Amino acid sequence: MSLTVEEGEIHGLLGENGAGKTTLMNVLFGMLRPDRGEIRIGGKPVRISSPGDAVHAGIGMVHQHFMLVDVFTVAENVVLGFEPTKGKVFYDRRKAAANIRRLSQEYGLEVDPEAVVEDIPVGLRQRVEILKALERDAHVLILDEPTAVLTPQETEALFRIMRSLAATGRSILFISHKLKEVREIADRVTVMRLGKVVGTTTPAESSEQELASMMVGRSVSLTVTKGPAVPGDVVLQLSDLTVADERDLIAVDGVDLEVRAGEIVALAGVQGNGQTELVEAITGLRHTLRGSIVVAGKDLTHATPRQRLHAGVAHVPEDRQKDALVLPMQLADNLVLDMYGDAPYAGRASRDLRAVKKNAERRVEEFDIRAGSVDDPVSSLSGGNQQKVVLARELGRPVKLVVAAQPTRGLDVGSIEYVHKQIVAERDQGTAVLIVSSELDEVLALGDRIAVMYRGRVMGVVDPSVGRERIGLMMAGITGDAAPAGDGVPFSAGMGGAGS
Amino acid sequence: MSSDMGTVDLDQSEVPAEPEHPGRPIGAERRSRAVDLLQRLSEANVLVVTVCAMVAALVVGALLILCTTPAVLQAWGHIGSNPGHAFGESWTTVAAAYSSLVEGSIFNPHAQDLTQAFNPISETLVAATPLMLAGLGVGLGFSTGVFNIGGQGQLIAGAVAALWVGTEIKAPLGTHIPLVILAGAFGGAVAGFIPGILKATTGAHEVITTIMLNYIFLDLLDWLLTISPFQQPGQSNAISKTMPSTARMPHLFGSTLRVNVSLIVGLAMALVIWWLMRRSRLGFSFKVIGLNPDAGKTAGMDARLISVLVLTISGALIGMAGMATLSGTDFLLSSGYGGNTGFNAITVALLGRNSPGGIVLGSLLFAALISGGRNMQAVTGIPIDLTTVIQAVIVFMVATPALVREVFRLREARGSQARIATKGWTV
Repeated sequence: MSLTVEEGEIHGLLGENGAGKTTLMNVLFGMLRPDRGEIRIGGKPVRISSPGDAVHAGIGMVHQHFMLVDVFTVAENVVLGFEPTKGKVFYDRRKAAANIRRLSQEYGLEVDPEAVVEDIPVGLRQRVEILKALERDAHVLILDEPTAVLTPQETEALFRIMRSLAATGRSILFISHKLKEVREIADRVTVMRLGKVVGTTTPAESSEQELASMMVGRSVSLTVTKGPAVPGDVVLQLSDLTVADERDLIAVDGVDLEVRAGEIVALAGVQGNGQTELVEAITGLRHTLRGSIVVAGKDLTHATPRQRLHAGVAHVPEDRQKDALVLPMQLADNLVLDMYGDAPYAGRASRDLRAVKKNAERRVEEFDIRAGSVDDPVSSLSGGNQQKVVLARELGRPVKLVVAAQPTRGLDVGSIEYVHKQIVAERDQGTAVLIVSSELDEVLALGDRIAVMYRGRVMGVVDPSVGRERIGLMMAGITGDAAPAGDGVPFSAGMGGAGS
Repeated sequence: MSSDMGTVDLDQSEVPAEPEHPGRPIGAERRSRAVDLLQRLSEANVLVVTVCAMVAALVVGALLILCTTPAVLQAWGHIGSNPGHAFGESWTTVAAAYSSLVEGSIFNPHAQDLTQAFNPISETLVAATPLMLAGLGVGLGFSTGVFNIGGQGQLIAGAVAALWVGTEIKAPLGTHIPLVILAGAFGGAVAGFIPGILKATTGAHEVITTIMLNYIFLDLLDWLLTISPFQQPGQSNAISKTMPSTARMPHLFGSTLRVNVSLIVGLAMALVIWWLMRRSRLGFSFKVIGLNPDAGKTAGMDARLISVLVLTISGALIGMAGMATLSGTDFLLSSGYGGNTGFNAITVALLGRNSPGGIVLGSLLFAALISGGRNMQAVTGIPIDLTTVIQAVIVFMVATPALVREVFRLREARGSQARIATKGWTV
């Protein structure tokens, strides 16, 4: 493949998971060696065989998962490996901080050099990564899925920084699978599929729909097609639910919420406003301080996770690799992770491996899981297929309530479409569905009703037809019709601090 | 993690065309069977790594023998005048050492009668039994993410309980030995339950608590050996009563060979643990909690209960190791009983990669080096410490697969990343 990035250009690189974006980056940053071809910077061919070479050549990289030492300060992280010294021995803290202040001001990257990294929100950590690259004098900056962990407001701030960097003549390679963002920020867009460049275009020339078809190789529907909901009885009833987080601070503050059979309630909100804790309380992973959780008439407020599971609660966790899957274990075992001890998968003491395998083969077929064999470890599957495994397990048994947190995070367009379809199908069978998502598009597309959370409280439950403007304001804690017409200004203040 | 022995099928389903290598000749895809076999051998799978580690250890051992034997050094001093002598002397020294190692651990061809000839293998099996049982206990913990370093204490607890049942309980004919076995398991289980319940209720890390409990049980034993009903009557020394004949393990092959029924107990336990980890409901939850406790909790497993269970079962197995030596060969307890067995068990579990089959083989290898080393010292005068060095080198290499690959120029096994036997401490 060939790819040219001009000086001072923001170049978007689009592609589904597994299209070869990451491989390309690893080649550029010296983690993998190319089989053929060459890399040129400023017209000169360079040989990059280690990350050190890449830094020398002026390539800076901001990884999707940050490479920071959590217990060090911002300044220490930025200068790590290039520390300014006093008398060649002692670390010069003041000089390091001064360097960072200068860089911060130059590019609008405000961050306190003395803050400890583990105390600052994700958006600021990302700035630290960018500062790291700038401190090493990077001319080409590669950002790998930088917005995956950011709130809409933090994303806006990042885009401003990217523009000011490009204005100084630095080139930026922005890797993403979010079409909207790539169209918004990039000067040119290159689309990859199956390791090849499909084409290079500009946001003006191609619509979102066209880019999506280029990525997937066929036309995809970006909106969810679903009929009107037919709500039945109340399945999930939360009354005055109050939950604390790890630091014993109230994270969910007296929430009342109902989810009925046959409807999807989407819980919107910027990350860190209590959604995670709410989900954990419903699924039994977190202790409830006050209030009650009733599922299908049964009080589950203090039930164990297993009791809830058997009461018909399905849980699609936010972080599937951490909370839903055992990556080194076989696909077949992962498909029975919750029901491994129940018939037909086990007798009194021993497991029935044949039943486990048969179940796996059926689910693989049913949910179109692409895997070599049901004996393969789940770690060998792509992100989209891993999520299908979770869905197959949770929806494969009769359930009354599905709680799905960020069900499409990190997935490519094709998989998102599939996951959405499955969730709607589950609703149409009469299941109550509670979706938690920080992506407004997803909330609007899936929800029959939308509940907005802000600082642990539900600001209101609205119909999706009220529009993104109004919901966006509610996400910032502003309710009522007197709110100013939103241009994004009201919620740029303090939003970054909300998610920690 | 639990059973990695015989992982030879590492590269099935790995042949699909790789689009990233368009320049590769098409013929290369079609490899012959022989090439495939060679390739598998050159890949660093578990078995190959272990064998290579043993080879490396023997080479290091040979070099040490050469460097420490005066006759060899003298011969090398005159290498200019008589090079043949230097090489010859080196060869005979190393050959004598290693053949005495084998004769001391497996079969002695110079013995007067057949029983004597088989005595070395009998001694190896006797030494292997406690290592096997304790290794299974430690390995069970490792594969569940629990680090049981309390082998020493649990072994003592098991031995004391077995001693009490053996000396104080009058049981009907034929039931005494099963009772002694159960007592050993029970004593160890209690000693394992303590750090388990501490971990579950207070979060105290088992590495700290089990190590501290080692000291407690060591001193507790010293005290018990001076009081009734444990102390040998008429003795002022800290020595226990002797196990009556009804509580002693029957010998397997006649009275002169010390190999006894406790070996069968060890092998049976290996089977039980294999079943537990591969086939049982409980073992599945152990494995899940060991590999990813968060996913286990989300799926409704009780991680705290599981860590209590694992430490209890682990302790029971190690307690049986103490019972095995007491009832099989020693018949009485003395201060510091069990010696280093509790710690060697950690090494055996590492060597066996926490799989029951691997632990059985690992304990046999370890025991062979111990009994062979004694013979080597007696016959050739090479100190037994050398076999400790060999053990250490084997474990060192097994624990660092990357090093073995480098030394032996092995390719990394495809489809499976180098597996490290234990993960970091999970607090």
